[in-house]
Amino acid sequence: MVSWDPRIEELPPAELERLQYKLLKTLVYRLYSFSPFYHQRMRDHGVHPDDIGELADVRKLPFMFKSDLRDNYPDRLFVASQDELVRYHVSSGTTGKPTVVGYTARDIEAWTTSLARALTSCGLGRGDVMQVSYGYGLFTGGLGLHYGAERIGATVIPTSVGNTERQIELMQDLRATAIACTPSYLLHMGEAAEKMGVSIKNDTHLRTAILGAEPWSEQMRNRIQDWLGVKAYDIYGTSELYGPLFCECSEQKGIHIWGDLALVEVIDPHSEEAVAPGERGELTITMLQKEALPMIRFRIGDITTLVTDTCPCGRTHPRITRIQGRVDDMLIIRGINVFPSQIEHALMGIPQVGQHFQIVVDRQHELDTLLIRVEVHPDAFSDRITDLMKIKQLITSRLRSALNVAADVELAEPGSLPRFEGKAKRVVDRRKI
Amino acid sequence: MMETKKFVIKQISIFSENRPGRLAAISRALEEDAINILAFTIAEADGFGVVRALVDHSEKAYEKLTSMGFMVHFTDVIAVRMKDEPGGLYEIARILGDSQVNIDYAYAYTGKDAAVLILRVDNVDQAIQTLRSQGVMLMESSFFQ
Repeated sequence: MVSWDPRIEELPPAELERLQYKLLKTLVYRLYSFSPFYHQRMRDHGVHPDDIGELADVRKLPFMFKSDLRDNYPDRLFVASQDELVRYHVSSGTTGKPTVVGYTARDIEAWTTSLARALTSCGLGRGDVMQVSYGYGLFTGGLGLHYGAERIGATVIPTSVGNTERQIELMQDLRATAIACTPSYLLHMGEAAEKMGVSIKNDTHLRTAILGAEPWSEQMRNRIQDWLGVKAYDIYGTSELYGPLFCECSEQKGIHIWGDLALVEVIDPHSEEAVAPGERGELTITMLQKEALPMIRFRIGDITTLVTDTCPCGRTHPRITRIQGRVDDMLIIRGINVFPSQIEHALMGIPQVGQHFQIVVDRQHELDTLLIRVEVHPDAFSDRITDLMKIKQLITSRLRSALNVAADVELAEPGSLPRFEGKAKRVVDRRKI
Repeated sequence: MMETKKFVIKQISIFSENRPGRLAAISRALEEDAINILAFTIAEADGFGVVRALVDHSEKAYEKLTSMGFMVHFTDVIAVRMKDEPGGLYEIARILGDSQVNIDYAYAYTGKDAAVLILRVDNVDQAIQTLRSQGVMLMESSFFQ
């Protein structure tokens, strides 16, 4: 295994925690002293920097939300003055105002370092040619990966997005070995290449894909890897945290979150307490070294699971699993958190089930009911009621063990469930609360 | 080896949700293409059912219903002419039971000429041979076309 910075990446967990505590303590004092926003927020919350006596005391600190950034548009949360900034990025913001993120030189350095470690951990380095097909500009993807790839000595082809045929020509002509883009864009490139008579698997040197900036699944990974002949890695980050930052290592067993840069918690979005290890919850991140726009317990709204055992790669930093949904999508059924993505995942593992399903939530006699309507795969249709009942029972028991809450299952006629273009709205919540 | 093929009848089985209007949708589709239903039954389970029907043009019915998005399946059944008198069903059931043929399901209709029992069995060939060897009359598939 090659590491960018083995001294930090393989730091014994106890030492890593000591380092995190030191950084947290410094951060909290700094913000209490220099940020009117955090000063007020901490006072309102009844917490003083002196209350932070160990790492676990991070839980005493107030949360921060995306809405805080919007409410303080454009730069009222910045702790650095404008002359200390070397760059702005602006995220489009699907609801309301955009979010502006400022970077000091040290912010860019920390961001680049994070990606240098991440890209090295998936086997990239000097000699690689990386095509950066994320958008360049206000979006963080393009420039972020660009700096990270240059830092590890790779050769960057800054193609940005669009003009797919040209991208494929350059991929071949400049012998790109790696690509960074969204998973859906890579699939689109694969199709466009085939139309040009080019097989990415056989006719290019591409062997690594760094994919992120949108949700994707393990099934999609398998398809990309098999079809395009690349190893596909999940990369994570949001503009508020610099941009894309953390990636899976060559083990592909979770995304390493560099503990000296970020303190990660996974909490129940409603109780706001930490979930038990291995359980899903909302990703909450404290950026330990961020200068211009600090983030304490920032609730991103992404759902994930924390993995704390040491990765076979030897890196000691905590990992998170692939993002499994958004908090906004979460349903609470009889007090249990249920994510549509869990249901989708459970159903996809059952060959007798077709592609479409619908989740209907209702309330009867003060009790929540969860109904999953699924289309039977035509190949699995049988004339025998007992065969169909067996399929129904199989679905019921798989859902039960995946969700920890009982769901009713209804077999639906093919084509009877609503189809969606783009983002599917599979949930119908009829509860009137 | 007795010729059994001509006695094997293609029944269409249609998956249907158990809610108002589904049977109407199926039967209307058949009516539109002038397909006649000769016999039918509904097997009902929790929330869904399977409509089973003998029609005069099974391929046409299959295409029509499939094009409308229905899940349709061909199932091999046999049609036995029963005596329309006490013991008529017993005779058939006994013969099949004696030869260890299991009946998965059955439905019957009484026509102008005779009572007809539609049978779905686990061993179609054996059922045909046994019944014929015991003098039971089976309807040929061409009868339903």
